Amino acid sequence: MATEFTPVLSTLGGLLIGASALLLMWSMGRIAGISGIVSGAAMEASSERNWRLVFLLGLMLGGGLAALLFGSLDGVQPVTSTGLLVVAGLVVGVGTAMGSGCTSGHGVCGISRFSPRSIVATLIFMSSGIVTVFVLRHLLGETL
Amino acid sequence: MKYFYVLLSGILFGLGIAVSGMANPAKVQNFLDIFGTWDPSLALVMGAALLVVTPGYRLIFSAQKPRFAETFSLPQKSDIDRKLVGGAVLFGVGWGISGLCPAPALVAMLTGIGQFVIFALAMLTGMVLYKQFVLLQGSVNTATVNTETNNDKR
Repeated sequence: MATEFTPVLSTLGGLLIGASALLLMWSMGRIAGISGIVSGAAMEASSERNWRLVFLLGLMLGGGLAALLFGSLDGVQPVTSTGLLVVAGLVVGVGTAMGSGCTSGHGVCGISRFSPRSIVATLIFMSSGIVTVFVLRHLLGETL
Repeated sequence: MKYFYVLLSGILFGLGIAVSGMANPAKVQNFLDIFGTWDPSLALVMGAALLVVTPGYRLIFSAQKPRFAETFSLPQKSDIDRKLVGGAVLFGVGWGISGLCPAPALVAMLTGIGQFVIFALAMLTGMVLYKQFVLLQGSVNTATVNTETNNDKR
């Protein structure tokens, strides 16, 4: 289903994400890469875990704030079946762990540092995402 | 005090994800659907973030060290190896199927819809499984305790 182009809100959101990444680098010297923060919060020793848990708490608070104040999560729904969500979740988890990053770590923080690894990773996951959606929507149809 | 800044950073990130529309899987999937109902919004999210972070990082790195840590913890790897490529391909596939990447997956749970919780749990499981697999591989490679593999063959 089509969604509306939201240039103002999306630009504003990007600026907020950018401000977040700068604040985390300035204060802790850390990359605001969410996949790394999540897996670190789950698996690292306590000294490394705490700041990640605090960050994730903030992430949920910020999301909740936007939902309450601006209704940002109104109408948000999954786009596929529970079975495919499980598969996709596993693949996203394995992929981001294996590839050392996701949209935020590679796509924003890494590209900002002109890291060749991040530029390559971003081009690849964008392309594989585009191919996946093309196959799902235009070759298989929206039957899934 | 440092946790105040970390919390604030998290809040800004969560606000950004929600306000930008990235927590809406339909919007993300439409961004990837360049041959269909393309919604270019996500390009602006990334573009705006890059516009801030690129000069901002330069400025921050001109300091000796971060405010609350001894060093800047930056990834040191520079080689483009099979893991990077394979991981990125896999991530893109999961992202395309679900319209969810890690941060939006967490924020979307706030809708209270159980399927988003299931996705987030599956994602966490995938991360942990991969890291355990790497640990196991490391211990097998260094020929330390091989009891687990022996037990499997029994």
